[in-house]
Amino acid sequence: MIDSALLNASVSELHQLLTTRQVSSAELTKGYLERIDLLNGKLNAVVTVCAEQAIEDASRADERLTRGEGNILTGIPLLHKDIFCTQGVTTTCGSRMLEHFVPAYDATVVARLKAAGVVMLGKCNMDEFAMGSSNETSFFGAVKNPWDTNCVPGGSSGGSAAALAAGMAPLVTGTDTGGSIRQPASLCGVTGLKPTYGRVSRLGIIAFASSLDQAGPMARSAADCAHMLTAISGLDTGDSTSADRAVPDFFSELTGDISGLRIGMPREYFNDDLDSEVRAQVMSALTELEKAGAQLVDIDLPHSHYAIATYYVLAPAEASANLARYDGVRFGYRCTDPADLEDLYFRSRSEGFGEEVQRRILVGTYALSAGFYDAYFNKAQQVRRVISDDFRSAFQSVDIIAGPSAPGVAFPFGAKQQDPVAMYMEDIYTLAVNLAGLPGLSTPAGLVNGMPVGLQLIGKPFDESTILNAAHRLQLDTDWHRARPAIEDHVA
Amino acid sequence: MTWEVVMGLEVHLQLATRSKIFSGSSTQFGASPNVQADAVDLGMPGMLPVLNEEAVRFAVKFGLGIGARIGKRSIFDRKNYFYPDLPKGYQISQFFDPIVCEGVFEVPSSDGSLLPIRITRAHLEEDAGKSVHDIFSQESGIDLNRAGTPLLEIVTEPDFRNADQAVAYLKALHSLVTYLGISDGNMAEGSMRCDINISLREKGSETLGTRAEIKNVNSFRFVERAIHREVERQADILDSGGTITQETRLYDAERDETRSMRSKEVANDYRYFPEPDLLPIEIDQAYIDAVRDSLPELPAAKRARLVSEYQLGEYDAALLVPDHAAAAFFEEVARLSGAAKPAANWILGDLTGALNRADLTIEASPISAEALAGLIVRIEDGTLSSKLAKQVFEGLWQAEGTTDEIIAARGLKQVSDAGELEKWVDDVISANPNQLAQYLAADETKRKKLSGFFVGQIMKASQGQANPKLLNELLIKKLNNQS
Repeated sequence: MIDSALLNASVSELHQLLTTRQVSSAELTKGYLERIDLLNGKLNAVVTVCAEQAIEDASRADERLTRGEGNILTGIPLLHKDIFCTQGVTTTCGSRMLEHFVPAYDATVVARLKAAGVVMLGKCNMDEFAMGSSNETSFFGAVKNPWDTNCVPGGSSGGSAAALAAGMAPLVTGTDTGGSIRQPASLCGVTGLKPTYGRVSRLGIIAFASSLDQAGPMARSAADCAHMLTAISGLDTGDSTSADRAVPDFFSELTGDISGLRIGMPREYFNDDLDSEVRAQVMSALTELEKAGAQLVDIDLPHSHYAIATYYVLAPAEASANLARYDGVRFGYRCTDPADLEDLYFRSRSEGFGEEVQRRILVGTYALSAGFYDAYFNKAQQVRRVISDDFRSAFQSVDIIAGPSAPGVAFPFGAKQQDPVAMYMEDIYTLAVNLAGLPGLSTPAGLVNGMPVGLQLIGKPFDESTILNAAHRLQLDTDWHRARPAIEDHVA
Repeated sequence: MTWEVVMGLEVHLQLATRSKIFSGSSTQFGASPNVQADAVDLGMPGMLPVLNEEAVRFAVKFGLGIGARIGKRSIFDRKNYFYPDLPKGYQISQFFDPIVCEGVFEVPSSDGSLLPIRITRAHLEEDAGKSVHDIFSQESGIDLNRAGTPLLEIVTEPDFRNADQAVAYLKALHSLVTYLGISDGNMAEGSMRCDINISLREKGSETLGTRAEIKNVNSFRFVERAIHREVERQADILDSGGTITQETRLYDAERDETRSMRSKEVANDYRYFPEPDLLPIEIDQAYIDAVRDSLPELPAAKRARLVSEYQLGEYDAALLVPDHAAAAFFEEVARLSGAAKPAANWILGDLTGALNRADLTIEASPISAEALAGLIVRIEDGTLSSKLAKQVFEGLWQAEGTTDEIIAARGLKQVSDAGELEKWVDDVISANPNQLAQYLAADETKRKKLSGFFVGQIMKASQGQANPKLLNELLIKKLNNQS
């Protein structure tokens, strides 16, 4: 079994151990595979384990390292959210529709990490087609929160967050359409970053809402996220919306110096909707940043309360088209003995998609229908611009914006499943960031009743460095990000 | 009741780009099913479209070719509907902001006048695949080779009043796009497909009647026939007091009738919305200017130039110009032979006839422009009579060599030598005393006719080599001196 020193080591420390050959990638990989084996029955965080391939890739990484080649990520194990297409490895997107889907190609994110020499251990469970905030919509069963297995891990990157928190991998990937990296990171006590829209290629990521989807790193620290972000960012001509922007070495930008940093606190994020104990934790984190030299400034994001309504028109509208390709004709689930073409469509989609996915397809189809387009889709597009403008004017006077990542801590299974709107409220602080295309991260800010709370930091477009640096400062000054659930005790 | 026919046309034009509009797959026609469909064309999860710049340039070329306004910022939209040959469940098209906006296309009609047709818009979109129903016994097959082929959908205002105008427009459009090099315009292979919107109204009325749309007509002849049948059908209904149902119809060429395909009332709600996977196409003036500079001479300008530069008649010019290759062939022959009018006559006459019989295009002509020019040179310098020239043409078609080689090999040189001609004339006259007697007994008008017999005999004797002009003069003189 992997020892706890290795389990808590940062990417930089692991890299040091690997390059000095004190530990091999193969040993590291085997250690993590054993840990997945030990814990996954309890958590259901991983849906596919690629043990053989991982060990083979680890040996190849070891050869590179022995030759003195490779880079900071070479030989480091990782789990991918099962929304990333992986060549030759089943990619389910948490859905019965893609239960047996094996892509013939890698997502750009996967390919870039592969090229860097990262070792893929397997694929993480997730809400079906990334639609959910609790990981209860997965066809492969709910993921359990390692801090309390009666509670949800958040979603949709809940498998990634839970696996990371439980020490099944030092790095995981996630995607975030409305909060799907930040909210589970918050609920599982890890660091997760949603980059600026366009920073990371969407090619090969199974689409939910194309204008909002963005992939990002999840790790035990801001520094580790920075390493992965550098590796996955940058122009991809295969994604027309990918940005032609220079990619800094995000790790080297972590100076830890935040003196004079102006942090905006939106009044709308600190109102009565926020759990008072969560608020207290978020405030104590902000106080730490203040102590480190930052200035806290009250700001307004006056149209914040429209974010949920706007999001739940636009995202389902795009999803209704993105998910039309799952028709039982070429790939994916097909119903048995269809009577005719219509029956093939109806039953393949009714049987292949879960309830939440069907709900969103219906909502989106409705919002785009003749006679409703202007009232819903068009109006939502307009409000989206207004919400973006709110942020733009706020950034005139502050450098970053801070708030909670989620309105509360992890909640018990079933608590919100019968009430979609209550579930949608989970993303009340994260959705607007996707609508505006901004970078946002969640960093641990202590515990409430033994469950993690997250501080959300929002940056200017393409300024991931500043929010990573602020989170890094917080992680230098506090131990919140080092807190680990006692999951082994449950297993033992 | 006298009805006025009102029609608008929508043409789906396949653009001749090497690869598809949103993927790197080949667009070659006729490959085995599904070999030219990659993960993007198959709509595989996670795949994204990347716009082919060549398709944009072709669309802009078209817009400039008809003098239309180019949309400076055009946007792709998703058109949502389910169909087995539509892999993504939506077609990427342009609904709200097309790349080519309003313009006027001047269509030359058969009487030489110009018919202005208003173009509403032309937009880029991807083609769907094909469902195949005749390969498997219990199931349908799907061929996605065509899926993602770039199309330009060209929409007109309801400016057509009869089938002739519609066909003239389609022919002019075909000519234009082949000149621009943006499409092969091959209707049989589906490179140009036409939807016809037809309605009738009382003559003199300004309001439009209810229309029917005839989908996917794929030849000029079928367009003409489909229009005639549909106009008859609608007139019959209206004459008997009925009303026209707005619907989509198909033209069945075998039965020569249009029939209902589906009613618009139950038609899909396409739920168009902007395609989030693609950025807007931004086109600036510099780009437009560069494309404009690259445009070739277009049919209208070429027609005018052939008339002024080569002194061709309007009629010949109108026949030569629509086929870009024929016009180029003509100019080459005219340049090499220095004889434009005979060049036009030979191309439009014997060469076109021979090509049609052999079912060849002018690009595949066994007689090159250089070879045909060589023949014309020998006619112009008097070496060949027109009769001999036809024999040489035959030889050229059979690839027997150059004109001069064929003349030598077949011994086809025209004989103008007075002594030789006189001998042939004398021989024939003395060999045919009865015909000579008839000739001498006849009056002036009859004599003219009877002399033809002698000419024919002499041509036969000379194997066609006698110079017809000199022969004729000599013969008449000799005959008239016989009495």
